[in-house]
Amino acid sequence: MSEVVQPASLALAVSRPKTVPFDWRRAVPLLLAAPLLIYMLVFYALPVVAMLLRSVNDPTWTLSHYATLFDDVVFQKTFWITINTSVTVTLGCLILGYPVAMGLVRSRSMAPFILVIILLPFWTSVLVRSYAWMVLLGRHGLVNEALLALGMIERPIRILNTPLATQIAMIHILLPYMILPIANALRQIDPSLIRAASGLGATPFMTFRQVILPLSMSGVAAGTLLTFVLALGFYITPAMVGGPRDITLSMLIAQQVDQLNWAYAATLSAVLLATALALLAVARKLPGVGNAFKTSMR
Amino acid sequence: MKLVHILPASVVGLILFFLAFPIVVVAIVSFSSATYLSFPPPAFGLRWYEAYFSNPDWLKPTWVSIWVACAVVVLATFLGTLAALGIARLPKGLRVVAAGLILSPLIVPGIVVAIGIYYAYSRYGLVGTPIAMVLAHTCLAVPFVVTSVTASLSGIDPRLEQAALSLGATPGATFFQVTLPLIQPGVLVGALFAFITSFDELIVALFISGTGAVTLPRRMWDDLRFQIDPTIAAVSTLTIVLTAALMGAAHLLRKRAEQNRMATSSAAP
Repeated sequence: MSEVVQPASLALAVSRPKTVPFDWRRAVPLLLAAPLLIYMLVFYALPVVAMLLRSVNDPTWTLSHYATLFDDVVFQKTFWITINTSVTVTLGCLILGYPVAMGLVRSRSMAPFILVIILLPFWTSVLVRSYAWMVLLGRHGLVNEALLALGMIERPIRILNTPLATQIAMIHILLPYMILPIANALRQIDPSLIRAASGLGATPFMTFRQVILPLSMSGVAAGTLLTFVLALGFYITPAMVGGPRDITLSMLIAQQVDQLNWAYAATLSAVLLATALALLAVARKLPGVGNAFKTSMR
Repeated sequence: MKLVHILPASVVGLILFFLAFPIVVVAIVSFSSATYLSFPPPAFGLRWYEAYFSNPDWLKPTWVSIWVACAVVVLATFLGTLAALGIARLPKGLRVVAAGLILSPLIVPGIVVAIGIYYAYSRYGLVGTPIAMVLAHTCLAVPFVVTSVTASLSGIDPRLEQAALSLGATPGATFFQVTLPLIQPGVLVGALFAFITSFDELIVALFISGTGAVTLPRRMWDDLRFQIDPTIAAVSTLTIVLTAALMGAAHLLRKRAEQNRMATSSAAP
């Protein structure tokens, strides 16, 4: 515990004052960071900002694009579908993710195996995973064949290109983002607390309900917000496996760009971005969430 | 008492099955001998791998993706490592702003980044060129390099650098002989992440790859709009194996670096 981690900066800053006649070394950190900062500004930030500006300066400076959004039926429907999908997917991830996080943390012997199962899909691209669900959920896909064989349905049902397909595939894709922060929080629970609870006569359920669950809430909050924010911006999966009329905000934006309707696309982008940033700003204020975020992003 | 243990375990097992199964199915389908997509396959064969390896329409995008990803690795690792070294030593206010800019591609929705880049790059005639793909993908890959290098920097015992300096090493020599070897695993992990980020990227590619720089994911996407023939299963399986191998390597590297770090810090008094 005596080891306080010092920022690496001290090493260069503290030592050897004798050979430094000028203070130019204080500029070294900025000089090191400058190439990347300039690069990111030129090739990423300014392009995005320039695009977003189209929402307020097309054709002249105006807020009318935002004002009309409130009466825009297409936008309202799309926004609702996007929020609805994100909420469903986040809840699905929470319900499926929590038990897996528990399993990952509690079972010593199986942990590496479970981790591989979680990480393998995590490392596979969104495109490939969406394609996998196209294969599974299609008219002659495995799910339909299995349901037919079990006699649960009489003819193939339509699953692919429905909202359900989008939800299933998105839950599959986002599940690791829920599992990892929760597992992180669970790992930090002092095992003696759990032993104490059961030693005092608590049933496993009571221990879970009154000790484990409250102590893991920072991980749950981090996982929930992360999953929700990522779900808001999903484009590839709903476009591939979703219904033709169930258009998410991202799909609407892409559509508007195809029609060169930049002002509208920029307005929608600004709304999407603002929603995501607002949620993350809230997330950072919650105790423990900021840290959970940092560790899970790596 | 038994049920209490078995029930959760089987629930977890089912969810893990849900996670792994789709990937496994793609791999199995790719070895099908059927001319159409069916599961389970009537018989096994390599015809879809042959179809992939003998078709220039698939091989050309594969090479584009590989070249773009390699260029991204060089650019992102160089810029990202330099920046990580600088950012750790910046004053706090500036550090927060710089980190916010560099890490923001992780948070900003992909479609917003993609159309922003499309909007600007198309004005300078960059759309449809591999250069545009490299420039754009580097922005998306850089956050992974910076976080990875920053993490390994923060694990360095500052006394090592102090020792080198007090023994008369110049700051340059200290960097190349002490700091760089210590952060090397972090740099490598960042480079691997940069490769995969670019290699798997689709949304930006949809907008700016045009007809001149069609990448592998873009080619898969185009193909999926018309048919889902098992060639895509073969391509998918190959990319799964490639990314899993690279990510697995990154994971092991990081774990070993952590263990080394723990070993050195616990050895110190």
